[in-house]
Amino acid sequence: MCLAFPGKIIKINKDHASVDFGGIVRDINILLVDDIKIGDYVNVHAGFAVQKMTRKDANEVLKLFSENAGR
Amino acid sequence: MPDARIKKIIKEIGNLARSIGRKVNLMEVCGTHTQTASRYGIRKIIPENIKLVTGPGCPVCITPQEDIDAIINLALAGVPIACYGDVLRVPGFYGSLDQAREKGAFVKEVYSVEEALSCRKEKPELVFFGIGFETTAPMTAVAIKEGLTVYSAHRLFFPAMEALLKIKGLKIDGFICPGHVSTVIGSKPYRKLKIPQVISGFEPEDMLASVYLLLKQIAEGRAEVENEYSRSVMPDGNPRAYNLIFEVFDAAEGTWRGFGSIPSSGLEIKEKYSAFDAKIKYKDILSKIDFSKSKLSTGCRCAQVILGLEESKECPLFKRVCHPGNPKGPCMVSTEGACYIEFNSTGQ
Repeated sequence: MCLAFPGKIIKINKDHASVDFGGIVRDINILLVDDIKIGDYVNVHAGFAVQKMTRKDANEVLKLFSENAGR
Repeated sequence: MPDARIKKIIKEIGNLARSIGRKVNLMEVCGTHTQTASRYGIRKIIPENIKLVTGPGCPVCITPQEDIDAIINLALAGVPIACYGDVLRVPGFYGSLDQAREKGAFVKEVYSVEEALSCRKEKPELVFFGIGFETTAPMTAVAIKEGLTVYSAHRLFFPAMEALLKIKGLKIDGFICPGHVSTVIGSKPYRKLKIPQVISGFEPEDMLASVYLLLKQIAEGRAEVENEYSRSVMPDGNPRAYNLIFEVFDAAEGTWRGFGSIPSSGLEIKEKYSAFDAKIKYKDILSKIDFSKSKLSTGCRCAQVILGLEESKECPLFKRVCHPGNPKGPCMVSTEGACYIEFNSTGQ
């Protein structure tokens, strides 16, 4: 499954981070991304952050998701 | 994206299709693109002369029967197995993993390989069935470094694209490139293929924009790599994830359902990590399996459907005998399989 969701890093604990997906918080593995700070946005797939995203891009994705949810 | 912009893109697609005139085959090679195209009726939106062909983008579908039968035999021999959900119901000669579970085998469905790592507390001998391309391979690499035993059926995706272009009778005028494989490998590797390519995101707007960009390239006689999914794909991808793959795996000959053997497309666990290689650890069980039986069901056209040579509806078993409740091949089992998606398409 290629579905990935953008989320915001709110807490970091070594290899893992608490990622906020717009209200739902999940523990995500951040070993695959460099240089992560609290407040960064990441694209998450199968429990791993796979890329950093800008806030603008993350919000655009979330907007697209909600627009397409009803279609 | 506001509806006005979508309407404009659709109109531009129409204009380009008319100016090109001839039939054009655009191949998408990612299971989630197949799903988006189906769910949002993209094939019905684009003009008649533009065909969106489904390629080998479903990792479960391209995993060869031998690997499926191997993991099922391990399960039946008492080895605890963890796997991604889609694999559970793929029918092998010896049944499916789901059926093995009914016979008492331990088979755990996981969303993330991390769940398999946690499961080792309960089952220290757990083997994870590693399938997928460059998106999931780094995750499996992380887990192997943390001591998880893995049966690797991982594949590198790009060699398959090269192989597709060599298939006689398969006309491909452009590729919609996979979004998350590209997140890892970047956009640069695709330059090797001298054919129009657009890396696409997964929303319908992304795919329509990608079709537009491909048609524009074709109309203008260009063959470039364009990145429509720039919010996730960088030119160099994710080097950390990419390098992790090759820290743990070697590229080796890989067998693909449909293609057969493709050089340097399989990922085998490096000797350094051989203690976690299920193929070595369980050599005794694996060497006794009769793989001569590892073939698709008679009449099943998955191998041709995977390559885009045939459509699901051309398979004699499709809907007549083969459906999600009674799948005859992996294309009907996996939610990313062409046949499953076609079967569930509401035809909007």
